[in-house]
Amino acid sequence: MSFPWAQQYKPTTEFGQWMDEKLPIGRLIYNSVGAGYPTPRNLNYMWNFGSLAGVFLVVQIVTGIILAMHYAANAAIAFDSVEHIMRDVNSGWMIRYAHANGASFFFIAIYLHIGRGLYYGSYKAPREMIWLLGVVIYLLAMATAFMGYVLPWGQMSFWGAKVITGLFEAIPLVGKPIQELLLGGFAPDNAALNRFFSLHYLLPFVIAGVIIMHIWALHIPGSNNPTGVNVKGPQDTVPFHPFYTAKDGWFLGLALIFFTGMMFFMPNALGHADNYIPANPLSTPAHIVPEWYFWPWYAILRAFTFDFLFVPAKLLGVLAMFSAILVWFFLPWLDKSPVRSGDYRPRFKKFFWFGLIPCIVILGICGGAPAEEPYVMLSQLASAYYFAHFLIILPLLSRIEKPEPLPNSITEAVTGKPLEQAS
Amino acid sequence: MVRFFGILIGLFFAGMLIYSFGRGAVEYVSNPPVKAVEYQFHEKPKDVSFASDGPFGKFDNQQLQRGFQVYKEVCAACHGLRLVAFRNLAELGYNEDEVKAIAANWIIETPSVNPDTGEASTRPSIPADKFPKPFANNVAAAAANNNAIPPDLSLITKARNGGAPYVYSLLTGYSDPPSELPEANRPGAGLHYNPYFANLNIAMAPPITGDDQVTYSDGTKATVSQMSEDVSAFLIWTAEPSLVKQKQTGWAVIAFLLIATILAFLSYKTIWADVKAEKKKKDA
Repeated sequence: MSFPWAQQYKPTTEFGQWMDEKLPIGRLIYNSVGAGYPTPRNLNYMWNFGSLAGVFLVVQIVTGIILAMHYAANAAIAFDSVEHIMRDVNSGWMIRYAHANGASFFFIAIYLHIGRGLYYGSYKAPREMIWLLGVVIYLLAMATAFMGYVLPWGQMSFWGAKVITGLFEAIPLVGKPIQELLLGGFAPDNAALNRFFSLHYLLPFVIAGVIIMHIWALHIPGSNNPTGVNVKGPQDTVPFHPFYTAKDGWFLGLALIFFTGMMFFMPNALGHADNYIPANPLSTPAHIVPEWYFWPWYAILRAFTFDFLFVPAKLLGVLAMFSAILVWFFLPWLDKSPVRSGDYRPRFKKFFWFGLIPCIVILGICGGAPAEEPYVMLSQLASAYYFAHFLIILPLLSRIEKPEPLPNSITEAVTGKPLEQAS
Repeated sequence: MVRFFGILIGLFFAGMLIYSFGRGAVEYVSNPPVKAVEYQFHEKPKDVSFASDGPFGKFDNQQLQRGFQVYKEVCAACHGLRLVAFRNLAELGYNEDEVKAIAANWIIETPSVNPDTGEASTRPSIPADKFPKPFANNVAAAAANNNAIPPDLSLITKARNGGAPYVYSLLTGYSDPPSELPEANRPGAGLHYNPYFANLNIAMAPPITGDDQVTYSDGTKATVSQMSEDVSAFLIWTAEPSLVKQKQTGWAVIAFLLIATILAFLSYKTIWADVKAEKKKKDA
């Protein structure tokens, strides 16, 4: 499953040899993230966000386990138990702010990681399975984050839960029963809070499991690279350790500076003031908005303002919102251009930088804004482009676009010398 | 096949959206949306700064004590502080005896049961108690306050957009309604015009009405603005008692991370030196 020139694991100590015969866990690590994994030598900093997302998942799990020791999943006392953590638990504020901001940083890392994959064609053969598992991780992460935001049982927790589970109501026939099943009742209450807590604790471990498969699938073809050209010889690669452990390592330090800057100096900047008001079913907040990482999808949901024949606008919005993410599952077969890297696709590059990226940014802004003009019209245009980009432009582009010539090898792209002569 | 259906679905969604956009745009042009009156008259919180602002900000304990005095003498009759305990007041610089005295003499007693009969009763508070609620329940609170429930203030500076400057602006922002304010938005019976409040009309009567409403023991002149600022500062503390500790910890963490990151960066440079040298030859 690796390149033939990969370094071989040789346990040096007697204990290492003994372990290698019984449980070769050292060998597994060596071959996955050690010197035994030859990695393209030309990866740029966009390749740092996978390991970064992994680190933030660990931060979330560790802080989450500690929070769960003090949190009480009961609608009557959940809000106060969070304040108990903030006020009376030793350094409880640090654990909670790390967890609250860690979720945002996990999504920042994941979005840049997805964006990297979209631009450099990391979803294309032979890496389709890595991409598909990645989309599964993203969906699980969204479910986990949504349920986590409900747990403090503030106003936005309650009304967010009500609005999001209310989406299922739009589905004909089965919608209402699905909503009641999700909530364990007719409206968010103790039953909903309890099952959300249970699932919020479970899903991160499911995510960790899918990540193992994601990395396993990655190690079959090896990492993609900015040229998108296949690895052809030993000179194209460097051992993962120490080269990329060092690069990931210092970049992690940089990311943690931003993260701790956020959590110690502006911990509530990404939250909502309303969530410091205890949940009150009788008082609806003026603007119900989800967390920032859901804003683009929320904008697509609200962009549908007219019924289509017998299909109500709300159902259209729900279908479109789910389709917007599900379309990623078909991406490897929608974009059939044999060239992976956007660097060598002149038209794709323009559609990516001047179409998709501004479109996502506009959707994000509109999703966080109140549902009024001009935000509704803007999100309609941006959503239209979003669907057109993935479902119309990419399939057609792969037929008509003339890619630029590719370098013969990674080594040639980096050193300017053909693979054989490079020293 | 995937691409064929993909294009069909894409055309449908994009078509529906463009159609909706067109209808919306026609509506927007022919019938432009009117800004709600609340938007026109609503004002952003005033520009006011507090000692605890900024990455190096610290609480001014003198000010917090003055703010606590304002809370106690002006706000506490209607607004609770249910998440704060009397023992927490030690952080404002009160000593143990002072905290005990404040708890024992608080205007409302802590709910309890009569140890002999088991009937509901009250007892003087001790430092371990949270501030007792001014009303037994929301019904009692609404009945005593013209059907508006005075919110608990423990988290108020975090629970309102604008934070402490909003609280300050609200306290100092009462005014007569402007003459151009439409009749429908004028304060009704028991309401008071305040442009900093979301819907412009607030049930709370102006709580701080004139200078020297409280008498500060440290000699500070108790102007309306001073009292409002002090109580806002006090409410920053009640909402985030660990605020200063957070910033101090943050600086230590960032200093550590800076050193660690620089060292990690240098080792990264060293490890990659040979590989990068090959690339340099090309660029040269």
